[in-house]
Amino acid sequence: MNDLIFFFNQAIIGGVVLGSIYALGAVGVTLIFGILRFAHFAHGDMMTLGGFISFVLAGIVAGLGIAFPLPIGFIVVPFAMLIAAGLALGIDKGFYAPLRARGAKPVTLLIASIGVTMMIQGLIRLFFGVGTYSFFDTQPKVLHRIELPFEGVTRPISFSEPQLLLVISTIIAVVALHYFLTRSRLGKGMRAMADNPDLAKVSGINTKLVVRVTWIIAGALACLAGTMLALDVSLKPDLAFNIVLPIFAAAILGGLGHAYGAIAGGFVLGFAETLAVFNWSVLLRPFRDNLPEWFEIPNTLSLVQSEYKLTVAFVILVVVLLVRPTGIFKGAST
Amino acid sequence: MSLIDLKDIKAGYGATPILNGVNMAIDASDIGVIVGPNGAGKSTTLKAIFGLLNVMDGTITFDGRDTTRLEADRLVPMGLSFVPQEHNVFTSMTVHENLEMGAFIRRDDISGTLDEVYEMFPDLKAKRRQPAGELSGGQRQMVAMGRALMSKPKLLMLDEPSAGLSPRYMMEIFEQVVKINAAGVGILMVEQNARQALAFATKGFVLANGQNRFTGTGQELLDDPDVAKSFLGG
Amino acid sequence: MNAMTTRYIAAFIALFVLIVGVGMMMGSAFTVRLLVEAFAFALIAMGLNIQWGFGGLFNFGILGMLMVGGFAVTFISYPVNMEFWGSEGPLYLGRTLLGMAIGAVLIFFAHRVQRFGITGKGRGAVIVIAWFIAYVIFRSQMDPAASYITSTAGWVGGLGLPVLLGWAFGGVLAGLMGWLIGKVSLGLRADYLAIATIGIAEILRAVLKNLEWLTRGTLTVSPIPWPVWTPQIYQANGADTTTSFILARGGFLAVVVVIVLIALFLIHRAYLGPWGRMNRAIRDNYIAAGSMGKDVTGRQLEIFVFGSVLMGIGGAILVSFVGIYDPSSYQPINHTFIIWVMLIVGGAGNNFGALFGGIFIYIVWMLSEPLAQALFNALSRFSSDMGWGAIPDIASRAVQMRVFVMGLVVTIALRFAPQGLLPEVIRRKE
Ligand SMILES: Nc1ncnc2c1ncn2[C@@H]1O[C@H](COP(=O)(O)OP(=O)(O)OP(=O)(O)O)[C@@H](O)[C@H]1O
Ligand SMILES: [Mg+2]
Repeated sequence: MNDLIFFFNQAIIGGVVLGSIYALGAVGVTLIFGILRFAHFAHGDMMTLGGFISFVLAGIVAGLGIAFPLPIGFIVVPFAMLIAAGLALGIDKGFYAPLRARGAKPVTLLIASIGVTMMIQGLIRLFFGVGTYSFFDTQPKVLHRIELPFEGVTRPISFSEPQLLLVISTIIAVVALHYFLTRSRLGKGMRAMADNPDLAKVSGINTKLVVRVTWIIAGALACLAGTMLALDVSLKPDLAFNIVLPIFAAAILGGLGHAYGAIAGGFVLGFAETLAVFNWSVLLRPFRDNLPEWFEIPNTLSLVQSEYKLTVAFVILVVVLLVRPTGIFKGAST
Repeated sequence: MSLIDLKDIKAGYGATPILNGVNMAIDASDIGVIVGPNGAGKSTTLKAIFGLLNVMDGTITFDGRDTTRLEADRLVPMGLSFVPQEHNVFTSMTVHENLEMGAFIRRDDISGTLDEVYEMFPDLKAKRRQPAGELSGGQRQMVAMGRALMSKPKLLMLDEPSAGLSPRYMMEIFEQVVKINAAGVGILMVEQNARQALAFATKGFVLANGQNRFTGTGQELLDDPDVAKSFLGG
Repeated sequence: MNAMTTRYIAAFIALFVLIVGVGMMMGSAFTVRLLVEAFAFALIAMGLNIQWGFGGLFNFGILGMLMVGGFAVTFISYPVNMEFWGSEGPLYLGRTLLGMAIGAVLIFFAHRVQRFGITGKGRGAVIVIAWFIAYVIFRSQMDPAASYITSTAGWVGGLGLPVLLGWAFGGVLAGLMGWLIGKVSLGLRADYLAIATIGIAEILRAVLKNLEWLTRGTLTVSPIPWPVWTPQIYQANGADTTTSFILARGGFLAVVVVIVLIALFLIHRAYLGPWGRMNRAIRDNYIAAGSMGKDVTGRQLEIFVFGSVLMGIGGAILVSFVGIYDPSSYQPINHTFIIWVMLIVGGAGNNFGALFGGIFIYIVWMLSEPLAQALFNALSRFSSDMGWGAIPDIASRAVQMRVFVMGLVVTIALRFAPQGLLPEVIRRKE
């Protein structure tokens, strides 16, 4: 039983947390792809940027000396999301919109997004150096432990407050996005444009407005994801750069352009990663006495060594690209 | 003054013009039908009116205003609607949502217009929650027309609404076109089923090589031996 | 003399003046070092030009090719590790190889189970199971071999062969890698291809970084030999430090320049010949070329491999020159994106554009740091004069400026000179 709880703490909670981050990022990537038809490579750095915006705001708020029951980094997230959305709009206006106006191919926009990636990275490191920052210098990070009322169970289910907040805000974001896309006029316009941009134009849908809304949503979600990731782990300039590939993997897994697919893809990858590095021998140990003599439980019985954790997503990505480039959830939604 | 007036339109997709001087005038009471061989520039004419390509020369006046250089998002609110020849529904969205997208520019209550469209195409009402991509060709054409009507247009432009439909569906679509026109909406449509369409057209245009060849009432074109010989298949 | 020729001459004269200027400002030893690296990067940019400029194939995995090339030259030219060859290590590796062979046979037969009447979903399941078993067999042999080697001999060491052979092997290995990557992913659309190649490169990076028994991983390998006399040899022969560096690096530079010129000559001839014409036809009209009976996929694979070979050689040269193989030093920005900046700015589709862009951008990249530092120092002096205090950590911040500068350069180029400084010459009548 204790081992099961260990499994739950390690694999399930880890998978949900990682999956939430991936899902939030992948939704942005997939929306941008659906509307503007290019792979926005700078998305990972928009996440990092969002994390730093929150960090600066949190610093300001902490300076005011007010005590909050929640992490300050979380309290300031709505404001940071607003700023990040504005920045996303600015980046589009400054770097992508002129290329679109010229009728540039999506590949050109992809290369431009590499340029944007480099600029954001350069700027962040210019101002913040290459060090690691923590949101919890002025506040303790709360750990939740839930003791289970069973006999013989000593190990509690445990997770941190940022992890709980991450999952809650992911749920809120996903539900809000769902209502936006299916109920609101603009959200439907967005789906229409992703479905058939020419017909959307013919219907009189204000495509420029839709593009702006897309950037606002993508920027805000990227900021949310970046901040929550930073709260859970720590804030580094290359925080999300390593994560941009798994995010693309998630978006492709779900079928580029499909919002729900991206969310599902994010969770699939999150679980795949944590389960792949999980040491399964832990779960075998209780059956030690029932196993045949010759079978000796190895100390580590994980599918891949933890050094290769990140590559799990890439391998899945490459396999999906080769076997089914339209994504595994095609036709399911959006 | 006509509802829409095209004077010497020259337009094309790139540098070379496809249309070399097209003239047309349609009133709100008219059903205008454009016929002509494949590649004559019929679709191109409608796209030029709708601001989807670059008009090099000539003027388009709609509802008393010069709209030569206006783009679709300005034209729809002025009362112009267009059903393209292909890819004319949002396949991943439900029938109902397709219709809502037609009314995107409207801020008022659209339920009255929705009811009218569902009354016009009862098949659609039953399929209202189904994605348009799962409908038959004829039903899709209805969705496309319904979508275009949702913006309450003054002029409805249809590009080959009967393409690929059985004769029964074709007649149904044509009947609806006449009804829509009777309700005060001008019609400008491209048709391959030229004889059937010209029969109810108040104005007919024969286009070839990007130019008007013959212009007259539908009946006049049907009666013209030259038109009959070269364009209506004898 | 037409406008294009004038532009070429002007561009290369400007480049020459820039180099002379750098030489006067930063000293000869630095400049020669800069040039060696710049020419190596130019070679890599020429490789990308073959893939993207000629073939329209997106490659975001350049880093992987450079790493492979670097590994190859390390393995070939580094002295032999007697301790490894004297131990049981080779035996262990032999067993691993055997395990891999068994796995390969399993997978091979799994792909053929339809012969035994297993098709559809059943076949898929058999294939997955076969892969899984092969993986388990491989891991069961590899893991003990790896830990045995690292605990006894440290790592396998090199072969102690000539450096030039190592560079050639770098090209071969990278070409092989390119063939594999191309084989599996060339059918994909441009943006998917970009993601796939970057994904594969990242996998490669993680693998090379963690294969301690083969690459020493984070422990790094050094010193890797040079193909010419090193400064130490010159010093032993009586030269003073500065001269020894200039002479040694100058010799290295000569070798690299010769290689680049040979490559340029060969590529340009191929580009002007029927091979280049066919590739341009495929790039510009994929579908028409395919329907005209041209073997599109075959050509594309060829292009991808050729480009990869140049990248591998370039990567090997860089590692030899720096003298250290450190798998964790490879970064997407420094080893993939910058190559793209070079090609975009220089002019995709034009060999001379790639050459020019490679050298020019590398100089800009290297100079951004001291220039930014000077700028910050000035700003810092100004702000402390104004009583706002000095700017902290100028040195580490200045390094980051160059990343920003590169990003700015490429976005500006895309916007205002999308064809690059030396655009591809479109010959109307071919
Ligand atoms: N998107 C486009 N880009 C470039 N040229 C086009 C495009 N669409 C059509 N054309 C060209 O314009 C000309 C007229 O085409 P158009 O679609 O107007 O013909 P049409 O009269 O509608 O024919 P059909 O009866 O086959 O629909 C054709 O020669 C066609 O090749
Ligand atoms: Mg047509």
